[in-house]
Amino acid sequence: MKVLAAMSGGVDSAVAAARAADAGHDVTGVHLALSESPQSHRTGARGCCTLEDSRDARRAADVIGIPFYVWGMAERFGADVVDNFVAEYAAGRTPNPCLRCNEKIKFAAVLDRALALGFDAVVTGHHARLSGGVLRRSVDAAKDQSYVLAVLTRAQLAHSIFPLGDSTKVQVRAEAAERGLTVADKPDSHDICFIPDGDTAGFLRERLGERPGEIVDAVSGEVLGGHDGSFAYTIGQRRGLRLGRPAPDGKPRYVLDISPVTNTVRVGPAEALDVDEITAVRPVWIVAAEPEGPLRCLVQIRAHGSPRPATVIPAGQGWRVELDAPDRGVAAGQAVVLYDGDTVLGSATIDSARSRAVTA
Amino acid sequence: MAYLDHAATTPMLPEAVSAMTAALAEHGNPSSLHASGRRARRTVEEARERVAAALGARPSEVVFTGGGTESDNLAVKGIFWARRAADPRHTVVLASAVEHHAVLDAVEWLHAHEGAQVELIGVDGLGRVDVAAFEAALDAHRDRLAVATVMWANNEVGTVQPVVSLAAAARAAGVPFHTDAAQAVGQLPVDFAASGVSAMTVAGHKLGGPFGVGALVLGRDVACTPLLHGGGQERDVRSGTLDAPSIAGFAVAVEAAVKAQADRAVHLAELREELVARVLAEVPDAILNGDPRDRLPGNVHFSFPGCEGDALLMLLDARGIECSTGSACSAGVAQPSHVLVAMGADSERARGSLRFSLGHTSTLADVDALAEAIGPVVERARRAGPAR
Ligand SMILES: Cc1ncc(COP(=O)(O)O)c(C=O)c1O
Repeated sequence: MKVLAAMSGGVDSAVAAARAADAGHDVTGVHLALSESPQSHRTGARGCCTLEDSRDARRAADVIGIPFYVWGMAERFGADVVDNFVAEYAAGRTPNPCLRCNEKIKFAAVLDRALALGFDAVVTGHHARLSGGVLRRSVDAAKDQSYVLAVLTRAQLAHSIFPLGDSTKVQVRAEAAERGLTVADKPDSHDICFIPDGDTAGFLRERLGERPGEIVDAVSGEVLGGHDGSFAYTIGQRRGLRLGRPAPDGKPRYVLDISPVTNTVRVGPAEALDVDEITAVRPVWIVAAEPEGPLRCLVQIRAHGSPRPATVIPAGQGWRVELDAPDRGVAAGQAVVLYDGDTVLGSATIDSARSRAVTA
Repeated sequence: MAYLDHAATTPMLPEAVSAMTAALAEHGNPSSLHASGRRARRTVEEARERVAAALGARPSEVVFTGGGTESDNLAVKGIFWARRAADPRHTVVLASAVEHHAVLDAVEWLHAHEGAQVELIGVDGLGRVDVAAFEAALDAHRDRLAVATVMWANNEVGTVQPVVSLAAAARAAGVPFHTDAAQAVGQLPVDFAASGVSAMTVAGHKLGGPFGVGALVLGRDVACTPLLHGGGQERDVRSGTLDAPSIAGFAVAVEAAVKAQADRAVHLAELREELVARVLAEVPDAILNGDPRDRLPGNVHFSFPGCEGDALLMLLDARGIECSTGSACSAGVAQPSHVLVAMGADSERARGSLRFSLGHTSTLADVDALAEAIGPVVERARRAGPAR
């Protein structure tokens, strides 16, 4: 096949491209330039879109012996990922930009362009297994990225290749060293690539401006403090609330919900975070047979969460997800991903969550 | 494999390789006084005489440099500094809007860091510098002029500039005039003295010589402050131990390129016309950029409506055809060419362009290969569209 390998400049995508070439594919490497004004050097282990990353990717492509180009995707990325990220926070939700980037950039804008230019598939260094249209977790549970791929449609997956799913990260690094790829011991990228200093609240404040509002006790309705913008908070957050007074029971308080309309952050005890019913929208089914009635499966509701047993009930345009046992810190805007064992069944976006025990 | 990117770099001439490798086997610093040094110095000075003779200059006017970029920087910054030192009012720099980045960015740097006032002279739709606008700018800034610079021929669209008229106007206004002849030498008749310019950039690897060597031909009466200070080599204008082997290869290449220029220009122009006709036969709506007549014999530059240059380049590369989008990169992402933008092209036309450049190893087979590939490639690229 003629395949396009998306090369970030990191070790995973370099080894993925090399494996695709070994498998006999006609591989072309492409680095996506996602930043309008890239920094020249990486600072620490963060971010991924510097000129140095672009050069690392090119060097890897040269070692593998494949053609390499840079595609400028900064405008699309800015509009579809960064602006969306800011808008989601402004609306009181907690978006996952990696998932969004997969959905809108890597397996949409890039894939579409690749197909138009005569390629058959896109190869990436994601840690997940894909064969015969079945998406499964990586054998390396700690590095598994099936969660951020679960938004892809069957059509998108049909043109995707993930060569790393059967390997652990340790194996990938060892293989990179064996292949003479200089990125073998390059640090993993963490955090959000377009916020290289990791200061998400600062980034949002810069984009959205300061919007002072109140922090309110969910139980008593009492005003406990103030904030500069509700976008700086996420559900389940405990640190950095800077509340003047301790709670009467002396226990820590957590962000329970964020109302962008009234610009209010409600806080309360940990137990109040417990939810067991989730409403989710924009469902995507990866498995061929879409269930018509309630489905027993495992669900994962955040990128590094553990799977939990639940019943998923199709409801209108979306789902109602009933967790067997309550979970904490369920944030609107995150994905709920359904698994059968390690196989991804589908995903949807969390719209709201509540506790069935409490009358609203 | 069809190599259609001679403007990026052209293969070294065999006689230049021989001269350079022979000199590489020798030793001695040309500045040393002993026998080895004298031998190395003889190599350098003979090379200087050959370059001077080939380019219509005196040997003392040839300053060896590390290539086109250095020559451009030395000319623009060095002459600016010297002129301003002579008279603090001399702070205006005139440059065409279509200069290579080696000139344009040096000029921009002078503006940002040295307080230069920069006046960019526009071009017409064919990329020709407007002589009247240049004269008007000379008039407007008369006592404040530091240096003027307009390239001999454009590296992207191949348009040849009216250098002799511009140099005469600059001389009349009393301002030194630099020209970047990196693309011109070997393709066009270039005579330093007859052209009337004060300083001229020549680059080794563009004319069949080695990389990393070139010359600034600098009139004897033109003051130029050095970029590199040190041992005082090259009239004190360019310090650094001379690279005798590269200079030997460079001189042989300049001599050979100039000697072959007239015949080569005829041959390349024929190939060029064939290439243009064959591409237009396959892609009738392709637009030839640049001056159709007054252009480098080896340059073809097309815009392909509805395509992105990067996509075309990749698809041709996959078919073994090597060309260029001809524009500068940041992080490897093509920006719309400042040359096409200055010519009034919209951003789609600027982005959807490719340069095919011919040189001393080009044959009809290269043109055939391109003609065979270009139709399907353009069709493919159109499907992907101009969007980014
Ligand atoms: C017109 C022009 N000037 C200057 C240069 C730079 O020359 P060099 O590559 O020798 O530094 C080039 C080559 O890209 C050129 O085409």
